[in-house]
Amino acid sequence: MSNLSKEQYRYLLCVKKHKRIVRVSRILILLSFLFIWEFTANAGIIDSFIFSSPSKIALCFWGMLLDKSIFLHLGITLYETVISFLLVIITSILAAVALWFSARLSEILDPYLVVLNSLPKSALAPLLIVWLGATRTTIIVAGMSVAIFGSILNLYTSFTTVDPGKIKLVYTLRGTKYQALTKVVLPSSVPAIISNMKVNIGLCLVGVIIGEFLAARNGLGYLIIYSSQVFKMDWLLMSIVLLCIMATMLYSLINLLEKWCMHRF
Amino acid sequence: MEQVLELKNIHYAYHNLEGETPALSDISFALGTGEFVAIVGPSGCGKSTLLSLIAGLLVPEKGLIKINGKYLRESTTNVGYMLQHDELFEWRTVYNNVILGLEIQHMLTARTREKAHELLDFYGLKRFEKARPSELSGGMRQRAALIRTLVLDPDLLLLDEPFSALDYQTRLTVGDDIGQIIRQEKKAALLVTHDLSEAISLADRVIILSGRPATIKQTIPLIFDLDEDTPLARRNSPEFKTYFNLIWKELNTDE
Repeated sequence: MSNLSKEQYRYLLCVKKHKRIVRVSRILILLSFLFIWEFTANAGIIDSFIFSSPSKIALCFWGMLLDKSIFLHLGITLYETVISFLLVIITSILAAVALWFSARLSEILDPYLVVLNSLPKSALAPLLIVWLGATRTTIIVAGMSVAIFGSILNLYTSFTTVDPGKIKLVYTLRGTKYQALTKVVLPSSVPAIISNMKVNIGLCLVGVIIGEFLAARNGLGYLIIYSSQVFKMDWLLMSIVLLCIMATMLYSLINLLEKWCMHRF
Repeated sequence: MEQVLELKNIHYAYHNLEGETPALSDISFALGTGEFVAIVGPSGCGKSTLLSLIAGLLVPEKGLIKINGKYLRESTTNVGYMLQHDELFEWRTVYNNVILGLEIQHMLTARTREKAHELLDFYGLKRFEKARPSELSGGMRQRAALIRTLVLDPDLLLLDEPFSALDYQTRLTVGDDIGQIIRQEKKAALLVTHDLSEAISLADRVIILSGRPATIKQTIPLIFDLDEDTPLARRNSPEFKTYFNLIWKELNTDE
């Protein structure tokens, strides 16, 4: 540290200060929000029956933790989201590969993909219930339906924008189209596949919650819709908080995956 | 002299909805073992098309191509192709880039791996075997790209302006460097370039193409009276300027 110039030292201090201000402000916002909420609810300024309060939500969570019912709801939603996410990733990679292999196929299917992608997928949920029944399959399919078409289109676009020189290289080395796929297209699309995953994990969660609204007897989506009908606002708001935490955690898992891949690709 | 490559009456045209663009018209020439031939011509005259035809990436509409006496389609001889950019894959180490061709042709054995290591060692890249391509200088990247082709033991090398993406100073040294390596390995080579001094300093013979559709205007053999025939020595010799002017004039005359 001794060989730092005065100016450099001052600069470093400045950076440190900036970071501290950001961190402290973030925590302050959360704490003051919770405090104002709690205080106004207790003082009767807002109706705690409708707005609940942080302490009530925490108590409610504690209660469900003790009777273990919360694990069922969390587990179910998590399970459905992860399964539909994995299915979306696998199917869309396979579909994008098929489209990449056959330019003709992709030209034929293009308008269908565009229509299906722009359709508001929540409109499909009631249809899925009629076709598949109010089962877990329906919810997983609903989760998939939100993400799959956009995912296929995104991946296909990133496959077709791979550097043509690199593909030519494989052919000059007497490679086949399959080898162009495995040696160039797939490895160079890894960053695109991961950023696609980041979008899809959120979309799958949206689809699963929509599915649970309509066709579930457990899960966070069910909890939200049920508690709103019986006016248990503690439950409702707790479910939303848990949903926030779950979404953030899933997203950071993919961030971790990305960091791990960055070393290799 | 044994012929590595023989082209006879090659015709090729590009097609699109607006019509047909003839690229090559009645091209015939041959390359002997270890011979280094440069092809020069106005830009967009179809020089690269010619290399794609020889590499088998395109099929001529008329005419035939023979490699080592066999028709291109039946030939099993490896033709090495150096592209304008080195196209090294950033997600592979330098060594893994070098063995890409072996991997594709299912020729990865202890012996070929050993050869890849030897070539990397011999051409000064041993330290960088485990490095990523981005850690290499422009010149070293081209060397790695050349080793990737050489490790397949090709009898013929096609060079498609492989130095054009480099800055001028690097281009001179890398051009000389790669030229020497190809001579050392005794490979026949066909270099496509728009850089006349590059062609003259490297080749045994220069083929001059006309504008579209390309035909062979003239073939000029390059003979230098030098004790040590290196690209650098050539650049400093009196014949260099003569050849340069001769080819320059030939390129700029319209028949």
